[in-house]
Amino acid sequence: MNLPYYPGCTLKANASHFEDSAIKALEKLNCQLQEMKDWVCCGTVFSLSNDDLMLQLSSIRNLLRAEKQGLNELIVLCSMCYNTLKRSKDFITDDKEKLEKVNNFMYMEEVDYKGTVDIYHLLTILKDRITFETIQDKVKKPLNSLKLGAFYGCLLVRPKEYAIDDFEGPTIIEDLLSALGAESLDFAYKLECCGAYQTLTQKDVSLKRSYEIIRSASRAGCEAIVTSCPLCAYNLDFLQKEIDEEQVDFNKIPIFYFTELMSIALGAGWSSKWSELHFVDPEQLLRDKHLL
Amino acid sequence: MFRGIIKNGIRNELLLKVEEISGQNVFNCYQCGNCSSGCPVVEYMDITPNQVLRLSQYGASEEILDSETIWVCSTCLQCSSRCPKGIDVARIMEAYRTINLRSGIGKINPRKIDVSAANDIPPILLVSAMRKLTG
Ligand code: SF4
Ligand code: SF4
Repeated sequence: MNLPYYPGCTLKANASHFEDSAIKALEKLNCQLQEMKDWVCCGTVFSLSNDDLMLQLSSIRNLLRAEKQGLNELIVLCSMCYNTLKRSKDFITDDKEKLEKVNNFMYMEEVDYKGTVDIYHLLTILKDRITFETIQDKVKKPLNSLKLGAFYGCLLVRPKEYAIDDFEGPTIIEDLLSALGAESLDFAYKLECCGAYQTLTQKDVSLKRSYEIIRSASRAGCEAIVTSCPLCAYNLDFLQKEIDEEQVDFNKIPIFYFTELMSIALGAGWSSKWSELHFVDPEQLLRDKHLL
Repeated sequence: MFRGIIKNGIRNELLLKVEEISGQNVFNCYQCGNCSSGCPVVEYMDITPNQVLRLSQYGASEEILDSETIWVCSTCLQCSSRCPKGIDVARIMEAYRTINLRSGIGKINPRKIDVSAANDIPPILLVSAMRKLTG
């Protein structure tokens, strides 16, 4: 199965292990990610202002180029790209006047954007197209005895029209982890905000948010947290350095992308290069569980 | 600090602009407080999200433009998903931020970002912060 793929900036930089592990894991499911050509940054956050179409251009330019390349869908791994591209598509495509204005802005692209490209998050594809049953059948190394907390954050579940699962009680990540043989533990803060971009200007906000999320997961018994958002992953993982210095009762726990765990479970293994992109060492836990 | 209802000019220019940018009617709010109770960063705000709505209803939007609240908001959309009146509160936060940003008032001066630190920061963090907090 070929999956037309939009990576986004961070998957080519600090989160390259997210992409790499996805490619490896999907190969084991006979699926290939086919990266679209000439993509640009989606803008990372969907603009909530009604009257400024400029802020939609970065997303729509990608959709236009995908359309030009004959693609009718894009699979996205990053929660923020997913949310931004999909909302932008609907905002522009549902309104003829906006569509025309945006096309006028992008006249250098030579063709017009028509609005025929659908956006899917990889988790949805795994659930609906590949199915968790198939994944379960292909597990070579079940993640037995690994206790995980599925963390959704904001943009996989809000706004509810764009939620990839029930917006208040999602289980799609837990269901995937169960198919991989792991134990998923529910925790109170799985739909909470990690502080997002406040890390740049008001770090104390993100430190507090990330601490509360990790504490909530740890108290529920989670040995690691699993996410699909490179911003959540950065905050939850890299802020643990300062959290650990500030909080007396704190134990560091590793933060994984769901694809890294898929790669292990499906027999595509782990790469030491991925470990270098983590702050909290993921290998110790994996070794303790005989998964490395 | 705002002390009373302005009888004339409640629907002032500023509020009309907020309504235009956000597409929301602030007068739909009945002050249940759901938005504020769900807001993950409310403790860092000087005005709570429900107070943002209330002050808007009073015609006191100026006060919101000067608040810390609109910059602390992390656009998590929790308030919008919980409002029983269907108000997209995050859009109202964005509208006030946007009005400031369009007049050159922002939270980040791109020239002052420490470039050596920027190398370790993921692009997703830099771009999202700049999109929300610079004009
Ligand atoms: S949740 Fe909605 S109705 Fe309730 S205070 Fe907030 S904006 Fe007003
Ligand atoms: S979108 Fe902003 S105001 Fe609303 S709950 Fe989130 S941080 Fe609070």
